[in-house]
Amino acid sequence: MSKKILLSHGGAGEDTQGLIKELFFKHFNNEILLRMEDAASLVMQSSRIAFTTDSFTVSPLFFNGGNIGKLAIAGTVNDLVMMGAQPRYLTCSFMIEEGFLYSDLEQIVLSMRDEMEKSGVKIVAGDTKVVPKGGVDGLFINTSGIGEIAYEGISAHNLKEGNIILVSNEVGNHGACILAKREDIELESELKTDCASLWKPVKALIDAGVKIQALRDATRGGLSAVLNEWAETSHVCIEVDEAHIPVASEVKGICELLGFEPYEFANEGTMVLCVEAGEEVKVLAILQQFDETKKASIIGCVSHKYDDKVVLNTPWGSKRFLEPPKGELLPRIC
Amino acid sequence: MPEIDLIEGFRDPLHMKALAEIIKKECVSKINIMEVCGGHTHTIMKFGLSQILPDLIDFVHGPGCPVCIMPKERIDHAIALASMPNTILATLGDMIRVPGSKTSLQKLRADGKDIRSLYSPLDVLKIAKENPEKNVVFFAIGFETTTPMSAVLIQSVIEQKLTNVYFHINHVTVPEAVDAIMSSGDAKIDAFLGPSHVSVITGYKIYEPLAQKYGTPIVVAGFEPTDVMESVLRIVRQINDKKAFVDNEYARAVSREGNVKAQDLVNTYMEKRTHFRWRGIGDIPNSALKLKDEFASLDAEIVFKEVLPTIELDDHKMCICGDILKGKAKPFDCKVFGKACTPTNPMGSCMVSSEGACSAYFKYGKLSQKGGML
Repeated sequence: MSKKILLSHGGAGEDTQGLIKELFFKHFNNEILLRMEDAASLVMQSSRIAFTTDSFTVSPLFFNGGNIGKLAIAGTVNDLVMMGAQPRYLTCSFMIEEGFLYSDLEQIVLSMRDEMEKSGVKIVAGDTKVVPKGGVDGLFINTSGIGEIAYEGISAHNLKEGNIILVSNEVGNHGACILAKREDIELESELKTDCASLWKPVKALIDAGVKIQALRDATRGGLSAVLNEWAETSHVCIEVDEAHIPVASEVKGICELLGFEPYEFANEGTMVLCVEAGEEVKVLAILQQFDETKKASIIGCVSHKYDDKVVLNTPWGSKRFLEPPKGELLPRIC
Repeated sequence: MPEIDLIEGFRDPLHMKALAEIIKKECVSKINIMEVCGGHTHTIMKFGLSQILPDLIDFVHGPGCPVCIMPKERIDHAIALASMPNTILATLGDMIRVPGSKTSLQKLRADGKDIRSLYSPLDVLKIAKENPEKNVVFFAIGFETTTPMSAVLIQSVIEQKLTNVYFHINHVTVPEAVDAIMSSGDAKIDAFLGPSHVSVITGYKIYEPLAQKYGTPIVVAGFEPTDVMESVLRIVRQINDKKAFVDNEYARAVSREGNVKAQDLVNTYMEKRTHFRWRGIGDIPNSALKLKDEFASLDAEIVFKEVLPTIELDDHKMCICGDILKGKAKPFDCKVFGKACTPTNPMGSCMVSSEGACSAYFKYGKLSQKGGML
């Protein structure tokens, strides 16, 4: 019979120690973690640090191009990176439903290890809880992270008339991929999540001296949520050209079928950038050198035409406001 | 089979601009076009078609959103059914968001009732088999497009001898609703965009009596932007030629006879109701379906009759959804639009569903409609 996680694995006894040593220590292996103190003792070079936390409850746990573990690393890493910080240390808590397959947990842990290598971040403290059946849906993960700020002054308040807006990848891939995988839809699709850590491309931008005004990963609420938050926070109008927003044809298909907008779908490795005019060509050239951002595109600019609003221009000369996403995503009927 | 692009080709900027030019050139008189289907309302608003069409063309938004036309008392039926012990209520899409007289299915679900929002009615089979000790009630909604899916479900339930599935049928039909609007005499409609998905099932023949009776051109149109533009052009040409016939722009999916197999299946299990109250419009004879008497043991309206409320409920007095559904007013004419009535807190039927006219105006309309906010 395949090995499963039991309540005793969370009971602080021998089983717990076994799980921690054979699985977590083995793969997350680093000096600070292995000291097994009550808290990790850290040395930071910079006095400006970024600190963030996020919980991951995605269903299904495994999807095309990733799993909850990869998401838990990339998500928190990207939150740090979006503040111009180099991700340094993470904490990680697992909440596991009793009966969870050990092999699945191992696969998730291996993905986490691989994803951490991409940004050099380390898990230095952790916690494991096992809850009775039904307590959680398989597995929930929380990660918190701290990073050292390498580029100061990135803010949603910074947008000014004339600034240029870019997006680093096709939008909507993660949301559409998860939707297609949910068992109640049963759509067959080759679509992969965009889940990725964005430290390398952002570091390249910082190293090249790019003046980054604002930076945000377009997670829940998608591109639409980021642009609307920026427009409102900075009291500006963001005008984007629909024809220049990269959307995979599979995502367009899923959206047409179910009545959704790709701009509202979640992404897990796609960021929106606002830079000063004149920098956009350089930024695009840098982003295109990295796999995770090679489909980057210049999508629009900042103006004062309709302050606090996002305007979407169609390729045939009409326009509309891109409203922020509202409520639960429900498919249309006919 | 070769891959066919069903999206980009129908959104080609050059085609769109060319169609706009030709329509501008040929359109010489004021034309009020009613798009019956909520899907078309969305295409018009989302792609800003009014902005590139001449001012002479005005779109009037019809009653073609199945969620919007559901009267409150029938939503209360769903709520009463979902509140029964040992019951799972299943329905489609944003029906769960619509408020009844006291609450919505969404709120009831948060209170712990088992309410499922499905993508396909056939999911009911799985739910019923997994929960043999519970009653599963399928709250069936939709126009002719979705009715065959309910019929297939009924057929499967009977064939698989499932004894815990019941149906609350709210399927409605397009021609009777259009006839009701036109026969009232106060709607100013010169032509119709015919619903496309409905027509895939029914065939375009169902509109022929209407075109003849009211002398209005009817063009069955696809949902893509070039479909709607091409259909508007065909309407303009019929009007210029003083003609009024049913034309089929959506020929890649619609025939005159439609999907006869689906029609037969529907007719096996369902028949016309003599009366059905449409939210905002009122009673329209023969405009909805119900289960045939021989399937009464599956009919939730009969089996659970004692829990279903019978009082008819109208919308708030400030709400002008009735006039909007009849084409006599636009969402912006409503005093509560966007203020007391929003998609998050809808007062009237046209705001409740994402397919409703007010919801479309709220989402896309502030910029994309002439006479809009800006």
